[in-house]
Amino acid sequence: MTLIETPEHTPGTTPIGDETTAEQQEVVGLSQSQIVRRRFIRHKGAMISLFVLFGVVVLAATSIGWGPIPGWWRWDYTTLVPPTDIQKPTLSIRPSWLGGDGLRWGEHPFGLDNQNGKDMFAMTMRGVQTSLTVIVVLGVMATVIGVVIGSLSGYYGKWTDAVLMRFTDVILVIPLLIITAVAGFALGFSGIWPVAIALGLFTWTGLARLVRAEFLALREREFVDAARVANAPDRRIIFKHILPNTVGTIVVSTTLLMGGGILTEAALGFLGFGVRPPEVSLGTLVNAYQGAYSTRPYLFLWPGVFVIVIVLCLQFIGDGLRDAFDPRQKRIPKRKDLERDADQQRIRAEAAEDDISVRSPTIGGTGP
Amino acid sequence: MLVYILRRLVAAFFILIGASFIVYILLTYAGDPLEFTRAIGNPTQRAAAQRSVNEALNLDTPRVVRYLLWLQDLIFSLDARERFGLSARTQLPVWDDLTGRMLMTLKLVSAATFASIFIGVSVGIVSALRQYSGFDYLVTFVTFVFFSVPVFWVAVILKSWGGINFNDWLRDGAHFSVEFIVAAAVLAAVVGYSIAGGRVPRKLLFGVGAAAGLAGLLAWMSSVGWMLNPGVGPIVFALIAIGIAVAVTAVMAGWRNVKARNSALTAAVVGIALYYPLQGVLDGDLSVWRVLGLGLVSALVGVVIGYAWGGYDKGQSARTAAIVALLCSVVVFVDRAMQSWAEYSASPVIRNRPIKTIGDRENRLEGSFWVITDNTFSHLILPTMALMLISLASYTRYSRASMLEVLNQDYIRTARAKGLTERTVVVRHGFRNAMIPLATIVAFDIGGILGGAVVTETVFEWNAMGSMFIEGLRNNDPNPVMAFFVVIATFAIVFNLIADIVYAVLDPRIRIGA
Repeated sequence: MTLIETPEHTPGTTPIGDETTAEQQEVVGLSQSQIVRRRFIRHKGAMISLFVLFGVVVLAATSIGWGPIPGWWRWDYTTLVPPTDIQKPTLSIRPSWLGGDGLRWGEHPFGLDNQNGKDMFAMTMRGVQTSLTVIVVLGVMATVIGVVIGSLSGYYGKWTDAVLMRFTDVILVIPLLIITAVAGFALGFSGIWPVAIALGLFTWTGLARLVRAEFLALREREFVDAARVANAPDRRIIFKHILPNTVGTIVVSTTLLMGGGILTEAALGFLGFGVRPPEVSLGTLVNAYQGAYSTRPYLFLWPGVFVIVIVLCLQFIGDGLRDAFDPRQKRIPKRKDLERDADQQRIRAEAAEDDISVRSPTIGGTGP
Repeated sequence: MLVYILRRLVAAFFILIGASFIVYILLTYAGDPLEFTRAIGNPTQRAAAQRSVNEALNLDTPRVVRYLLWLQDLIFSLDARERFGLSARTQLPVWDDLTGRMLMTLKLVSAATFASIFIGVSVGIVSALRQYSGFDYLVTFVTFVFFSVPVFWVAVILKSWGGINFNDWLRDGAHFSVEFIVAAAVLAAVVGYSIAGGRVPRKLLFGVGAAAGLAGLLAWMSSVGWMLNPGVGPIVFALIAIGIAVAVTAVMAGWRNVKARNSALTAAVVGIALYYPLQGVLDGDLSVWRVLGLGLVSALVGVVIGYAWGGYDKGQSARTAAIVALLCSVVVFVDRAMQSWAEYSASPVIRNRPIKTIGDRENRLEGSFWVITDNTFSHLILPTMALMLISLASYTRYSRASMLEVLNQDYIRTARAKGLTERTVVVRHGFRNAMIPLATIVAFDIGGILGGAVVTETVFEWNAMGSMFIEGLRNNDPNPVMAFFVVIATFAIVFNLIADIVYAVLDPRIRIGA
């Protein structure tokens, strides 16, 4: 019999003398992606944001219909709505016992623009669709261009790096709003696609720099040397050994880029350099109704609210992803957990001390 | 170092040429500068207009040649007015109103930048010192929201709210509603509770004190209609001056430092004694430069007071007294401007609707220096608030992150372990090092200052840099757009370089050019 028995590992307890922290024990036997997924799911803000964003996407896609998806809302953003007496939003969430109208959706939940015969809910939903298009196009384009330029520049170095990074500097020095406005004009802007493509073409610079920095660091690591000694071709080293290690940086930075992209697109629409009527974006809606503050503020409040909700969700998701991918990230233990651990440790330590003092006074104190 | 700067400048020059090439070529595809001439009915006039536009823009040459000609003008022109070419629409040199527009944008943006640096850094530092407190979570959430809010939306709301509701509120006697006072008091209680250090009773005391103080202040302001006829008066000024002296001493030197404490209090007393004599000086003939000169004089008086008290660390006493003197003179300035507020507001041009939402000043207004100052202020306040939104969020986040990073360093633990006071640890060992990365961000931000206000300028209808760009692009007029681009890109590149140099100078761990 050993002098001091190693206690059986039971979940939620810390064995005596075990140097691993609670954080490390939680991830024993898990793969990297499982750890990241767990950490992300635990991030409350990010999870709530994910659900909200999903809800917004579903609402925008199904309400007025999007491509092949049929819509359930009776008006579209192009249909002319017959004028009615009630222009105010019919949406109500205040229950009747508080003096409201109870939970009601109504004819025109976000109000009605009688002069132009537009249902504001349909218009806002179209604007959200525009923003979502920007997210997807910009996300794909910025990621592809940024990763290709960043990785080539970081991996090959020398003149490849010099040329690509000077090119990045050139793009970086032109303010995003200005280059996208000019490029939107140059591409001809009948709809959202030219604007989204223009945004995608010029937002990759920050991502390229980050990816390059990651490649510079990872290139010198032992596992890359090992792969090289094993005669792996460059393509395999880049795609199998280095790129998977930069996924965290890419995902986080792309998420934040998307939020910035939506704001830029809305600003372009507001200035009149984005989509043109009859196409609608959240920015053009605010611009069109900015004079209606004192009489009909609901006409431009809702588009702004949707911009805030979408960008805020992306920010929180980006924050959650950053925490999830960061290996140094430690969870702040709750005070309750700390106290429980401390209690258990004290009890066990006392028990062990008793054991030692009774059974082997000569060896007392040398733990495993 | 010199070699490094030269190398960077050469690189910057070529980057600028590359970027301007991209913008110019895109602009040639963006629209036809001759479009407006087709609307001219008279054929001879139309032909003349087309000829002059052709001449100004060299439209009959290929795109690349056109760019090279433009570049040649930009670099080799001896006459500044030829440098940025002619506007196709007006046939006037772009240079003519470039400087005026630059000054106007600077006026708009500098107030917002300085205010957000000051507020953002203080909030970020406090939030880092009280990590995981209610205040910290509140600040983090608010910065997230600020980052997500579209500037134009807030600007539109601020413009309508300030121009309509706030002016109506002033007209109705400037009374705060009970709900507003209660909400402000609750917020003050939360912030006071979280910011105060120590145990729960002390935190509670701070929270309740802050709430009661703010609620009392607001109720008093509401009852006397303070916002209609604001002012400080000699007694409140004396209290504020003593308060400034105490606070500055506590942060800069520590309350135990007798020499610094005495210097600060002396400076405050001198300020109080000079309150009435100064009113006479301020009523005299004034200009912006003279006011700045008076501020400088007050800081010098502070320095002299600090040195006069002498002691072991004269420099510290002098710094403390100079800051106290400067802040006191700022209060005197604000107080004097406030005294003219009623006069400004009642003037026939303003007609008791003092908050303005269009342009940078009221041209028809005539009056003393102070009335004009109030007019500028009332035009600046709303756009400044809109502009501050985003930069405030980023400064708060950067300074919080930077301070947290520094507070986890070994030298902070060493400083604590050797028994330094908390103030010395935070201010001297923490704050100073946390400001190093922030200095580069500030330089970087100032680089973006001229181009960063396009949207806000549009909403508030300022005829500044932003409108030059927007009108140029709308009218298919490339030269003003290119001038806008060249100016802001040069500004950005130069300040980028300054940011790198400042970083290297401040942080001995960084060696550039090595």
